[in-house]
Parts: sequence; structure tokens; C-alpha cells
Amino acid sequence: MIGEAALMPQAGTAPLLTVEHLTMRFGGLTAIDDVSFYAQNRQITGVIGPNGAGKTTLFNCITGFYKPTVGRLALQAPNRPAYLLEQMEGFKIGQRAHVARTFQNIRLFTGMSVLENLMVAQHNKLMKASGLTFLGLFGVPSYLRAEREARDLAVHWLERVNLKHLADEPAGSLPYGAQRRLEIARAMCTDPVMLCLDEPAAGLNPRESGELNALLQSIRDELGIGVLLIEHDMSVVMQICDHIVVLDYGRKIADGSPAEIRADPAVIRAYLGEEEAE
Amino acid sequence: MTDATMNQTSRASDRTTKSPSIILTALKEAALTALLVFLLSILMVGFQTQAIQGQYLNYVTRFADVAWAIVIIPIGRFVIAIDRQGKSLPALVVGALGVIYLFGIGVCGVLGTADFASAETFKNIYESVPRPFDQPMVNVIFGLGALYILGIAIKSQVSAGQRRQTLEAREAAEARSAKIARNISTVVAPILIIGAVVLPWTPWGDRKLVDSLVLVLTYVMLGWGLNIVVGLAGLLDLGYVAFYAVGAYTYGKLSTQLGFSFWESLPLAGMMAASFGIALGFPVLRLRGDYLAIVTLGFGEMIRIVLINWQVFTGGPNGIGGITKITFFGHPFERVAPEGTTTFAQVFNVPFSSAHRVYFLYYVILVLALITNFVTMRLRKLPIGRAWEALREDETACRALGINPTNTKLTAFAMGAMFAGFAGSFFATRQGFISPESFTFIESAVILAIVVLGGMGSQVGVALAAILLIGLPEVLRQLELYRMLAFGGSMVLIMLWRPKGLLAHREPTILLHKHKKTQAAGAA
Repeated sequence: MIGEAALMPQAGTAPLLTVEHLTMRFGGLTAIDDVSFYAQNRQITGVIGPNGAGKTTLFNCITGFYKPTVGRLALQAPNRPAYLLEQMEGFKIGQRAHVARTFQNIRLFTGMSVLENLMVAQHNKLMKASGLTFLGLFGVPSYLRAEREARDLAVHWLERVNLKHLADEPAGSLPYGAQRRLEIARAMCTDPVMLCLDEPAAGLNPRESGELNALLQSIRDELGIGVLLIEHDMSVVMQICDHIVVLDYGRKIADGSPAEIRADPAVIRAYLGEEEAE
Repeated sequence: MTDATMNQTSRASDRTTKSPSIILTALKEAALTALLVFLLSILMVGFQTQAIQGQYLNYVTRFADVAWAIVIIPIGRFVIAIDRQGKSLPALVVGALGVIYLFGIGVCGVLGTADFASAETFKNIYESVPRPFDQPMVNVIFGLGALYILGIAIKSQVSAGQRRQTLEAREAAEARSAKIARNISTVVAPILIIGAVVLPWTPWGDRKLVDSLVLVLTYVMLGWGLNIVVGLAGLLDLGYVAFYAVGAYTYGKLSTQLGFSFWESLPLAGMMAASFGIALGFPVLRLRGDYLAIVTLGFGEMIRIVLINWQVFTGGPNGIGGITKITFFGHPFERVAPEGTTTFAQVFNVPFSSAHRVYFLYYVILVLALITNFVTMRLRKLPIGRAWEALREDETACRALGINPTNTKLTAFAMGAMFAGFAGSFFATRQGFISPESFTFIESAVILAIVVLGGMGSQVGVALAAILLIGLPEVLRQLELYRMLAFGGSMVLIMLWRPKGLLAHREPTILLHKHKKTQAAGAA
């Protein structure tokens, strides 16, 4: 197969995220049914599928909002310890394993300023620097330096997403597209090894959508982290994804490069419906 | 009237043709209002029950008052109805007359009953003028109603021409009020602090006032402490007084059993209250909003009931008496020095005065309150404070960012409780006696009201609200019966005019464009 190289881990390099036999049941409903796939560093992995296919549930399992019923989620970032995400408590996946995510319905701290949103994202780092608040209370130089660095990182990302001029505005007052970008910037401020984006292009106009593509590609190429992307907008998916996983009714029905997915009869069936036997 | 019509030229023709029906609908509304007033007031106002010799119940009728109400209120309704159709002149006239007459004689009557030099003059004026209601305060209330009508009339006069720009106007007004709030915060705060520091040295700083201010400052401190939990972390705590009680009883026990001084037990009381805060925090970690409020309410009552029933340890309903009064770092404020000590008066070689203790207590609570304020302001700008606010905004997003919600909530509870513990320990040393009666739910409610009225998260707002809520009833003692009415009325008015609290304005904890503020100020 053509897409084999993208699908299988190359010799000597472990994949960033290995999902094995992931199953998530809610009572009698099986939202995800025995899904296995890889996500690589320096790749954008798209997760697509019709509504209700289990994409967001998959994300919630990976980012610790749900505990999978069955399965293994192994994360191995270069030069970092390995983690089994299914065994970790929710917030620790962000804290220790550095998996960052955004939400389908944007979840910013709307009353806080744009810059503050990005400072909150660096909480754990700053908390350590402030000596669990005690040193910070007295304004110790090492803490002040850490805060300055955190601010610089925040400004760096604000420049990347073109929001620097709005840094002091309340996040809730931003236009929709800007809020989407801010949420990505906030996720990037946590210093992630993997970025999980839940429909980042939803509600964006074509120009904004194009800017988003460029941003995600630059994140992939410059930082070398893995990006996991749920998206309905096929123009985004086909343009920027290196590897696509297709879900339908909780099952994986296809896995491969964009070209393969486009030609896959199972995918076409899932999206356009079964052909009537005539 | 011509002004009003000119302002609305577009609809002028409509109105002239419909003119009779305007008056008709207004009359209908007024008649309906009269009926409503009759139904509401005939039993509640028309009959007053009286106890005779504490045994029998009799009643007197007050039909004259009912009749006046049925005449006056529909007139108000009538002019409001006409004003709504675009003719504000009747409302203007009726409102102005009502304010001058009803409010004027009402205030004369109220002042006439007060206790000061020229009260007699006011009383004479009040009694010489014909008046609808005998009770002065009822006239005042009707006068306030007239003020409301006048306000409506003026507002519709002013806004008649600019109705189309409402959205921009509202946004501009919001920006303006935010700016005013910010300016008040920056200007008022230093004035309040300096005023508070020098007040006892000024001629107005007599013992009675300073004593009231000690109470006010205790509530300012409690308000600031609760502001951490409610205003910053967004955890609605209805049992805050429990931590106040823990602080007070910790000092009470340490003082009476182990002979600790105030300064020795102050940190211990804070730590004790903080650990109770964590103890409360654990079970309620998963709860949000209303559910959290119910559990904290229960926790507050639990503490009080334990204090009542654990006779052996807490003294039950009798409380703990004979708690060591505050000393000037070891020098008591006494006329005669206990053995082995020298009194404050001896040390400073001044004649003994019982006011010294009051003034010292005032400065102690001032410093404690300012420490609370300072620490809160610092914490807000530290990662923990930002995490509190983030948690208030969106807990799910916090989890996704790797923030430990458990620890964050617990620290908020612990910090808030610690300051309540300090305040409680101060309360115990001021009173010298504590009992469960001082720690009822109404205290929690008052502290929460201070935080909400002040504007959640606003430090100056909380201080102003505490002055208003605690200081006002003290000042209004002369009004006796109407004291609580004025108190409730002022709360309602604040919520009507400033629904987000007196000074609801959030200043970011970190600014990128530092010059922005000065630019905005320069442009204004």
C-alpha cells in the first residue's frame, strides 16, 4: 500500500501516540469500538467521520476527560518519559504528559484578558517558580524572571496568532475567529508534545480557515510536535493532514494518507450512504 | 410638551390622531392600579391589630390611609402611562410636585422625631401642613415614588431624540461606568486608607465612632477574606461564619485554658481556621453552584450546633467568658497593673483612659484588614490567583491545561478561612466573651451581601459595601423602626442601579500595553 509508511511506525522511532483496542462504553451504548491507530511526531493526524462517529469521545479519552472501558493509550514523546494515558487522572495528562487540547465549543476564560489566558496556561511552570506561592508572595527575583519569561512566551504566541494588539482585552469580547486562534495559542503555551484540536475550523470563513492551515503546518514543521485534528471541513483535512483516521459508528473504517482516504469505498459509503441495490 | 413632540416628529401625526385613546388607556391602567391598591392595602393597611394589656387583640381601622393611597398611586400610574406614549410633561409636573410636597413634609416629619437641636422646628412645620399620612416615613416613601416618576419623565425627555443609537449608547455607558469604577477604585482607596489612619486623631474621631468603625473594619476584613472564595475562586460559600467562629473559639480556649496572649494565638487561630477550611473543602470539591452553597450552609450550621452542644469543651450556649483582653504587646490597658506587668498608661506616662483600648483595637483591626487586602491583591497576580479566577470561569478548561482543581479549590478555601480565623480571634479579644449566638447564619449572609453588593472581586467596593451595610444601620439608629427598612431599601437600590455591585470592574492582573491606561485617561 502507498500509505504504509505513514501508517506504520518507522524502524527505530516509536510513534508519539499508540492507541490500541480503545473501547468506550456508556451503559449499553458503545461510543468507540476497538479502535487502534498511531499518531506520529511531525505529522498532522486527522480524525474524521460523520456526526456521532465518536470523534470527540476519542479525544476525551486521550485527554483524560473519560476513562476508557478497554484499551491502551501510550504516549512516547522524544526525550521524555513514556506515559500510559488511560491510567492517568484527568488534569495530570496536561500537567505531566503535556497533551494539550482545544474544545469544539470554545472554552476560554472569558472574563480574563487575552494575556491572562495564556498566563494561566503556564500555571504549573509558574507555580513551581513561585515556590508554591510562598516565594512569589515576596517577589523573589527568580520568580519575577520566570514570570517575565512566561509573558514573553505568551507574547510570542500572540504574535503567531496575530492577537498581540488585543492582549489586554477580555477574551470574551474577541470575535469568534480570534477566540479560536486564542484557544490554540493557549494550548501551545502549555508546551505540549501533542496538540489535540477539536474542530478548530468550525465557524471560520475561508480566509481565516486558510490562516489556520498555515498556523497548524508551521506548528508541525517548526516545533515537530504531533497534531491530532478533528475536522469536518474537508478542505482543511485534505490539505494539511499527513494521515487520516476515519471513524463511523465508533469503529475505525479507514486509515491512511488523504489520497487513499479519498478513494476508499468504505469512507464514501459512510459519508454518502449505501448504494441501493438495483 | 412642544419639546417632546418636536423630538419625535416622525410619530407626531400618529399620536395626535390617537390622542383620546392614549388618555383612555391611561385611565384604564390607573383604574386597574386603584383596584390593585385597594385589594393589597385594605387588609394590610386598613386594619391594625393592637394588643390590649398583652392579652386581648383589638383592631383599629385606618381607612383614611387606604383612601389616600387609592388616590395618589393611580395618579402616578396615569402619568407614567401617558409618559410611555411620549408625553412626559404630566409626569414631570406630577413627579416634581410629589417630590417637593410628599418628600418634603415626610423628611420634616422624620427630622422632627429625631434627637437634635432644631428638631422642634421641623416638628412644627410637619404638624402645621396638611398631609396625607400621619406617619412621616410613609410620606417619605410616597415621595420616593414621586422621585421615581420624575426620574422616568426626565429620562424619556432626554432619550427621546437618541432612541436609535441605543446600542452604541449603552456600550459607551458601560465603558464609562467601568472607567468611573476604575477611577473611583484608584482615587478612593488611598483616601479611605489615609482617612482611616488619621481619623482617631481628628476631632470627629470620638470613642463611639471609633468603636463602630472597629465593627465595620471587622466586616471589611471578613468581606475581603470571603472575596477570595466567592469573588476570585467563584465558590459560593454560605457558611463563612463557621471559620470566624473557629478562630474566635481557638483564641477563647487558648486564652482561658493555656493562658496564651492574643498575639501568640493569632497565627494559631488562623491555622486552625485554615485547616477547617480544608476539611470543608474536601467533601465539596465536586460540587458547583447551588449545591456547593447548600453544603457550605450546612457546614456553617454544623459548627454552630457543635458549639452549642459540646458543653464540656465550648461551654455550650453560655459560651466562653473571661477571655484575655488585648494588650499593648504585653502591657495591659488597665487602671491597675496586674502583678509583674506595667500598664499601657504607665509605659507612655499618660493618664489612664478606657478609650486607649478602643483606639488600639481600631489600629489592630485596621492593620489586619490591610494585610488581608495586601495579601489578596498579591495573590491575585500570582499563578495561584490566576488559577482561582480561571477555575471560576471554566473548570473544564482548567483541567485541560493541567491545573489541579482539587488543590486550587482547597487553597482558596484555606486562604479565605484563615483570614476569617484572624478576624474571629480579634473578635474574641475585643468582646472578652464569645457564644454561639454571635455566629449565626445571618452573619454569613451579611458578609456575603457585602461581597456581592461591593462588586465581586473588587476590594474597594467591598470596603464601601461594608461601610454602607454595617455603618449605615449604626448611623441610622436614630430612625429606630425605619432602620432596617432603610437598610433593605439601600440594598435593593444598589442592585437596581448597579446590578454587578458598587464597583464591578475587573482590572487585568498583567498588562502588555502599559501605556494604554494613560492614553485612555489622556483622551478623556
